[in-house]
Amino acid sequence: MKRTIIILLRNPLSLLGAVLVAAVVLSAVLADYIAPFPGHRGAVVDFVHFNQGPTARNVMGTDLVGRDLFSRILYAFRISLILGVVVLAIAPPIGTLVGLFAGYLGGRAEFVLMRLTDVFLSIPPLVLAIAMMGVLEPTLMNAMLAVTAMWWPWYARLVYNIARSEREEGYVLAAEVIGASTLHITLREILPNCLPAIITKMTLDMGFVIIIASSLSFLGLGVQPPTPDLGSMVAEGARYLPDSWWLTVFPGLAILIAVFGFNLIGDALREILGADQ
Amino acid sequence: MSAVLRLLSRRLGISLIVLVGVSMLIFGIARVIPGDPARIALGPNATEEQVANLREALHLNDPVVVQYGYFVADLLQGDLGVSLYTNRPVTLDIAQFLPATLELVLFAGVLMVGIGLPLGMWSARYRGRWPDHLIRVVSLLGVSAPSFVWAVILMLLFAFFLPIFPIAGRITDSFEITRVTGFLLVDTLLAGNGAAFADALWHIFLPAFALAVSGIGQAARLTRANMVETYDRPYVEMAQAYGFSARRIAAKYAFKPSLIPSLTIIGLDFAAMLGNAFLVEAVFAWPGLSRYGVAVILRKDLNAIIGTVLIISATFLIVNLIVDLLIAFLNPRIRHSERGAS
Amino acid sequence: MSDVLEVRDLCLRFRGYSGMSEVLHGISLNVRAGERVALVGESGSGKSVTARIVLGLLQELPSAQVEGGLFFEGEDLNRLSRRQWQALRGTSISMIFQDPTSSLNPVFTIGTQFAEVLRRRDPKLSREAADERAGTLLQSVSIHDHARVLGAYPFQLSGGMNQRVVIAMALANHPSLLIADEPGTALDVTVQAQTLKLMHELVERSGTAVLFISHNLGVVREFADRVFVIYRGRIVEQGPTPAIFEDPGHAYTRALMAAVPRITGGGLPELNDSESAFLDPMVVHEGGKA
Repeated sequence: MKRTIIILLRNPLSLLGAVLVAAVVLSAVLADYIAPFPGHRGAVVDFVHFNQGPTARNVMGTDLVGRDLFSRILYAFRISLILGVVVLAIAPPIGTLVGLFAGYLGGRAEFVLMRLTDVFLSIPPLVLAIAMMGVLEPTLMNAMLAVTAMWWPWYARLVYNIARSEREEGYVLAAEVIGASTLHITLREILPNCLPAIITKMTLDMGFVIIIASSLSFLGLGVQPPTPDLGSMVAEGARYLPDSWWLTVFPGLAILIAVFGFNLIGDALREILGADQ
Repeated sequence: MSAVLRLLSRRLGISLIVLVGVSMLIFGIARVIPGDPARIALGPNATEEQVANLREALHLNDPVVVQYGYFVADLLQGDLGVSLYTNRPVTLDIAQFLPATLELVLFAGVLMVGIGLPLGMWSARYRGRWPDHLIRVVSLLGVSAPSFVWAVILMLLFAFFLPIFPIAGRITDSFEITRVTGFLLVDTLLAGNGAAFADALWHIFLPAFALAVSGIGQAARLTRANMVETYDRPYVEMAQAYGFSARRIAAKYAFKPSLIPSLTIIGLDFAAMLGNAFLVEAVFAWPGLSRYGVAVILRKDLNAIIGTVLIISATFLIVNLIVDLLIAFLNPRIRHSERGAS
Repeated sequence: MSDVLEVRDLCLRFRGYSGMSEVLHGISLNVRAGERVALVGESGSGKSVTARIVLGLLQELPSAQVEGGLFFEGEDLNRLSRRQWQALRGTSISMIFQDPTSSLNPVFTIGTQFAEVLRRRDPKLSREAADERAGTLLQSVSIHDHARVLGAYPFQLSGGMNQRVVIAMALANHPSLLIADEPGTALDVTVQAQTLKLMHELVERSGTAVLFISHNLGVVREFADRVFVIYRGRIVEQGPTPAIFEDPGHAYTRALMAAVPRITGGGLPELNDSESAFLDPMVVHEGGKA
């Protein structure tokens, strides 16, 4: 673990990733203290300064009702990160359980569980989330639910493939011979062997969850105004291109920076964990 | 070749099972919509009686299983019901909007493969040196933003700042092209109108590229990773020992064996573009399925939602089927296996 | 007799995280025209990297630093451009690798790969002409259903069959030097013996010089005219094969020989590295290079 962190920090790219992620996380957590206009996270109107380009007062300009974009982006990071953390706290465990049991038990359980997984995987990810958000009320909670629903099958597939090959390994057979329960074998024997792959995927997925969530709100199917969200900020600003370019460019770059940071770390982690195996 | 046929029939069978599952899933999701679809369709001014009649006509009073039965029976006759939003058969609506989306996605797919694979190949050939580092950072950047961000950025740069490309639409209005396939790039050629073809190409390029950016990045990353692994294989060392040029080794000896494991994922990424097309279409006002899809979802238009998702999923399955066949064709182990195992 | 290959005071260092590490500490060896010379040592002794340096492959690794004289048919290899060196590979110098099946590309037919090899010498060779030449060459390694073999993929052929194919490819362009890196070690013992015998006959007939890399003294004794024993990046003993086998002068050579009866399977038995006598100076037998 310590060695992994040292390698991560030695590589300039993953160091950059760590810096970006730290910056995003800190600005989300400390938004109340960093944001020049903390009040602008909500439904505030300032018609003196509305729709202005970057100035000394508003470094990233102001939106159509005069709110400071920089402040709103900081709060939007908070929404993105909360969503990402919640989705990645729920989807991987569900998918892992499905994959473990399908892979270890085989037979009918395998057929039913994996076909179910296939069904979810056969709908392009964003389309499933869009369809679900169409049914549900567009709130942060439901956005998390929709993204989770499209996310667990990927973990099911990943863990299933590992579990299926581990099923034939000596240590599993040995555990069967001494009469260990299915629950014990799957959770205590096979699961630990899937963990590096799961953790690496989770790091890489953090960025993708942010992308999908912002895509939902871009279509108006996610977090609703006045809650600041990067996707809906871009959607709102896109109608005022090219004159009010800052309305789209800064929230767009904010997504890019956050996701890029997570991807840099995930990439490096994959290389290190992959090389260790 | 019979091994490939066996593979095809097996995959086709699984795809059908999955498609039935998708229809049940979507049907189930659509039926838990809060609110009365009949009321929504008729609007607040309709009488209770009108609503009741529509409920009856839509079988909304029957149990969900029976409703699903009606749905499948209709589906088998190519009937997806009537859209409550446009008051037209859903199949007609989809037939009108799908070609524009498919054209965009297919064009983006061509860009993804045509740019992503060579980038990955280059990166692997120069692994550990500066072209590799550059390509890796660029392709990681590519996958680090949703396609609507790329769409906005590209539009600002190449439609507004440098007015090279148009900002919206599929073709300049003054061209009148008879609709045959719905694919403008095809229809303009069928009409023998070169100027219109060039115009359509000019319109599609920027949205397709925006849609393809993350796919290009993903394809490049994947190709690089698989090729770097291949470079460690003895047969690549043998090719080097026999004096084949680095370019030839990259383009042939290391590339082809690496392509096979890359293709499955590239197929999935291609399919993911069907979803991302919604985002790009919104930015470039591309008259595809996206606007229709978002509109029917916001209006809780059941038949249209089910139809749209079902069609997209079927397209997705067909793409994956084609990719599987391509892999079988490229991989001699599958092509020549006795049992046709995958 | 003139030297086909001469290696003079060759050093190899790798740049790593913990600084430079030296792998070869100045080894010298030579192969005369038509001669079969063995380079013997355990894995990690530096014998395989030596082969890759002669081919100019290792030099392309950014982390490798190579010093020392390399002469092929009297020509200073170090003065050649990359392109000129590349031109020698597959034409004047060729190589056989340890595992024939994995050294053939899995997604191209034998015929395609054979044609590529033949085109190294004759770039304009048509596929038909290449198949015909390949057929004749496969005959010479006792493959008689060559049409089937040329149309097959490596995974459809047995390891022994692939080994013959690889030998035929290696000799196809009449190289003056063949480097054989533990050929057939991946195969079972009888097949290995057959293919070595075949290779022996072929190089004798064509007069090709061979640098034979092996850890197996039993095989070396049958195959080589002269032997260089390498231990930890140094040549510790050299001389004509009979002389070395009759009177092994170096402690390490003696240890290797004591291990011979157990080697048949392929792996080398554990030798006690702490034995200080292994670090004794080089022993040169008469007839060896001074």
